[in-house]
Amino acid sequence: MEIKENTTYDQSEMTNLMNEEKNFSTASGEILVQKKDITGGEAVILALMAEGVDTIFGYPGGAIMPIYDELYHYTDKVNHVLVRHEQGAAHSAQGYSRVSNKVGVCFATSGPGATNLITGIADAMIDSTPMVCITGQVAKHLLGTDAFQETDVVGISMPVTKWNFQVTSAEEIPEAIAKAFYIAKSGRPGPVLIDITKNAQIEKFDFEYRKCKKVSSYHPLRKIEQKPIEEAAKMINEAKKPYLLIGHGILISEAQQELLEFINKSGIPTASTLLGLSALPADHPLYVGYLGMHGNYGPNIKTNECDLLIAIGMRFDDRVTGDVSRYAKQAKVIHVEIDPAEIDKIIKTDVALIGDAKEALNGLLPLINKKEYPEWLAEFRACDEEEKNKVIVNDLSGKSEKIKMAEVINQLSEITEGKAITVSDVGQHQMVVSRYYKYMTSDSNVTSGGLGTMGFALPAAIGAKVAKPDREVVAIIGDGGFQMTLQELGTIMQDKIPVKILILNNTFLGMVRQWQQLFFDKRYSFVDIESPDFVKLAKSYSIEGHRVEKREDLEDGLKKMLDSKESFLLEVIVEKETNVFPMIPSGSAVNEVRLD
Amino acid sequence: MEEKQNRYTLSIFTENKIGLVNRLTIIFTRRKMNILSLTTSESELKNIYRFTIVIKTTEDQVVKVVKQIEKQIGVLKAFYYEDDQVIFQEIALYKIPTEALFGGEKIEHIIREHYARILTVEKDFVVIEKTGHERETQELFEALQPYGVLGFVRSGRVAIAKPMKKVMAYLKDLEDLAYSVED
Repeated sequence: MEIKENTTYDQSEMTNLMNEEKNFSTASGEILVQKKDITGGEAVILALMAEGVDTIFGYPGGAIMPIYDELYHYTDKVNHVLVRHEQGAAHSAQGYSRVSNKVGVCFATSGPGATNLITGIADAMIDSTPMVCITGQVAKHLLGTDAFQETDVVGISMPVTKWNFQVTSAEEIPEAIAKAFYIAKSGRPGPVLIDITKNAQIEKFDFEYRKCKKVSSYHPLRKIEQKPIEEAAKMINEAKKPYLLIGHGILISEAQQELLEFINKSGIPTASTLLGLSALPADHPLYVGYLGMHGNYGPNIKTNECDLLIAIGMRFDDRVTGDVSRYAKQAKVIHVEIDPAEIDKIIKTDVALIGDAKEALNGLLPLINKKEYPEWLAEFRACDEEEKNKVIVNDLSGKSEKIKMAEVINQLSEITEGKAITVSDVGQHQMVVSRYYKYMTSDSNVTSGGLGTMGFALPAAIGAKVAKPDREVVAIIGDGGFQMTLQELGTIMQDKIPVKILILNNTFLGMVRQWQQLFFDKRYSFVDIESPDFVKLAKSYSIEGHRVEKREDLEDGLKKMLDSKESFLLEVIVEKETNVFPMIPSGSAVNEVRLD
Repeated sequence: MEEKQNRYTLSIFTENKIGLVNRLTIIFTRRKMNILSLTTSESELKNIYRFTIVIKTTEDQVVKVVKQIEKQIGVLKAFYYEDDQVIFQEIALYKIPTEALFGGEKIEHIIREHYARILTVEKDFVVIEKTGHERETQELFEALQPYGVLGFVRSGRVAIAKPMKKVMAYLKDLEDLAYSVED
């Protein structure tokens, strides 16, 4: 196979390139690995190793057996975590990726194995998480025949993958996997699925592996033009009440340091989206809090009072904007975003910087003036005071009969000094974690943002702990979400993964109950949920567990959990009917955020 | 307040990849947008295919949809046009009984008036071809109906844009902006 190294082309060169059918879509680097006469299955493992993969989350089955057979010979080089359900494999790969910024990898067999991955893939798609999923498929001659465990997983996964591809011969494996890693990680990251027919896993061929460096119909990263950078800098320098919103893009681009310099120089108050949390230390004097439906009071109110809104690496999700027609109408908007399709999708921008957040910040830094906005910042702090008096004092007062979720998270934050990785599930507890955990280190908040996948936290925490064994990883889960993927306790048991599990049990599907209370006249339709004895359940998996019901036992319970060298499950019985405030009711504007 | 809907012709230049048509139609399906017509074939550039898709929607929506299309791996460039920015045609075939030709000069008049032509005459049927805009091919269909139309088929729209910038020039612009991994 001839390889093209060109990175820029003139028109005729490009036409020539396009005309060479074989190579027209990709450009690759040097040969990294070579091995003659090996099976497609071994090629998969060698390709993954060439991409630096050290961990695979997966579950074997008929159509992927030849790959697992080769994996058997490489267990000293690649760690495979046997999950208990393929959804767990996908979420684990996500958790792994979110704390390490590496591509998460999972394996599943055809049919039900592959369809079980879909929720995790959809979650990774909407939360821009790089992931490569490899699925087995029936042999090529059986495609389309309704063979045993045949499912059109390429068709099914198409709307929720950044790219997917079916491999039907061994020769296609190296290029497909190289392209998968390149596409998953570059630009706005996302999940890629490679479906490999069984015959392709068995066939032998001469393996050569090169990394993919370019796909001609894909332009993941653009140089940001100087003119919009200058325009943006001018707007920033002239603004009276500038306001900075940061999102997941800061973490993906690893622009934390540049962000810090930008904030310190510009003096602009800064708020974070759900997935942007931990990009800026919570104690930074210009950090004003968390945005959105259950975000802090000031960050929401001030969105409709600033004169310049600078959004970096975020996509104006409806949970952030509330009613779009009444969102920041008074402000000019600068949007820094790597995905051109996000520009003007929700909020019309005045200046768009299309490209990498780090590059944008580096471009802006020398052009902006050193400034401070003490009065403007004081307005945020006045809102903080109001929120404290109306919400936080009550949340943390310790006067309720049972413990409140906020007390638990507040104590957890204090004991861990904001240095743990929290992996939260979805619902009230997730919002409480986002509000009360004070993140002091980066890449520490793993949660299902866009898709809101209950059952995400336990498997994602497994992935996070495997990626960062030296960090404390605490999965914080409600009693409902825990019961969606609790079988992963088996994975924790078998692989001895010291994940800490904190279940906040209110015996309700709390967030739905809150909405039923506020918007459906307290008709509590199927939100009263019973649970098994979680501590006994943990014990049956050889995981130590403990239950806390009284406030005076909470601190000890948390310390017991955190001091454990092994996995530990702490169940805290919390107040049955509490509501998460502040809250922007659906359809309301950000400045209509309610404190009670 | 509903924004005004227009008819837009999308010209989408792509690589020739299995499943790409699926990726494109998903974008419309997800937004509950109906595709009025879709045709595809190799373009003036070897190995580069052109999809011509006609949709009716608002300008705001067509801009967003084109961005989503360009985001797909395998798509090189997508453009959208209003009707006055493109030269477009459709082709229609009409199958009528051969005996209809023998009822005087009426059929001959119809074919002449509509600038249509006879492609084949078989023992039992005749196939007439007409190219034009949908309104024109529809008019011929209605004119032939009294004689018994046995079959009628109309293609999707094919369109050539009036603006002169070549696709390659757009791709060159993108290349100039793009980083490679080594940079």
